[in-house]
Amino acid sequence: MQSYGTVILAGIAAGFINRWILLRYDYRHYPTYPHGHVTHLALGFIAASLGAVAIPAIAEPDYVAVTFLTLAAQQFREIRDMERKTLSSLEENKLITRGHDYIEGIARVFEVRNYLVILTSLVTSGAAHLWGWPFALAVGPLMIYGTTQVMSGLTVGEIASIEPAEVSFDGALLKVADVPMMNVGFKATREKILSEALAVLIHPFDDEGRLTLQSPGQRMAIIHDVTSILGAKVDISEMELAPMARMHADKGYLAMFIVANEPDMDVLIEMIKRVPVLESARSTTLKSYWGRKAAD
Amino acid sequence: MEISLKEYILAIITQDASLVQGCGCPVFVARESEEQQRLTLMLARILGGNVHDLENGVFIICKH
Repeated sequence: MQSYGTVILAGIAAGFINRWILLRYDYRHYPTYPHGHVTHLALGFIAASLGAVAIPAIAEPDYVAVTFLTLAAQQFREIRDMERKTLSSLEENKLITRGHDYIEGIARVFEVRNYLVILTSLVTSGAAHLWGWPFALAVGPLMIYGTTQVMSGLTVGEIASIEPAEVSFDGALLKVADVPMMNVGFKATREKILSEALAVLIHPFDDEGRLTLQSPGQRMAIIHDVTSILGAKVDISEMELAPMARMHADKGYLAMFIVANEPDMDVLIEMIKRVPVLESARSTTLKSYWGRKAAD
Repeated sequence: MEISLKEYILAIITQDASLVQGCGCPVFVARESEEQQRLTLMLARILGGNVHDLENGVFIICKH
């Protein structure tokens, strides 16, 4: 039997390191700005402490303390709200927006990560309490690895294949392969698009993928992630070259074009593959009874 | 919160006024093609909209 001090310390250490690892800087412009970083690390520390003291509280036994813990856990619900508010207010001044679906997804991830931290510190302190601190050294990293794997989720590359496509004009109508995109009035703009645009077709592997890609929120997420890396030749009031994604309603694939600052097709395809499939856009309806009936 | 007219024709630029009728937005009649292009460019920049070509000599400006 370990002293409670060691047990709690093991839990806090594992939880805090877990939060730190989950809070890595991200190419998708997650709100991990320096001050946001400190906020989340502080909250992660609190979450880790909550998880760490739970086992000693039960062992003591001090059940009142345990009920207080559940009360404290409620605070983490506000994290979702906090992230949502921050991102939504930043959204107003963005040229290429993330979209509310993506914001909701990010906010949810931030909330859930704190619960994962609580779980990690709970299990680690439990291991330290039952078997001694050397076991905590093994269980902690295992839990941290587990939580990073559990929360990785699906990406667009896993539900669809992406291939380069040709941009063409039918009169004033811009087309990517056979998908009509938009009407471009200016000749100069048309020529710019013909010479500089990158276009891809995103073929979903199955009907579920098609439904997912049909969601406007998912398309905005794809466009946002791609633009955050490649850039887009747009400015305030000059949105003619804004990237766009349209679906071929009959054939079910998505066409996308972008006039990028860094025109690199390989990077474009790689970026699209890495875009997370949003929970709110992800379709599983076809797995239901009536969904299967409709799909056959 | 920014408020603006979207998905609405903000201006029509044509050389032949008879092609446009009964509209609720300004119609600019240009004398020749170059002037029409110039007018369209000016209006697009001023209104912050996109230019669309109806392919019958009529251009519209629309914000999306």
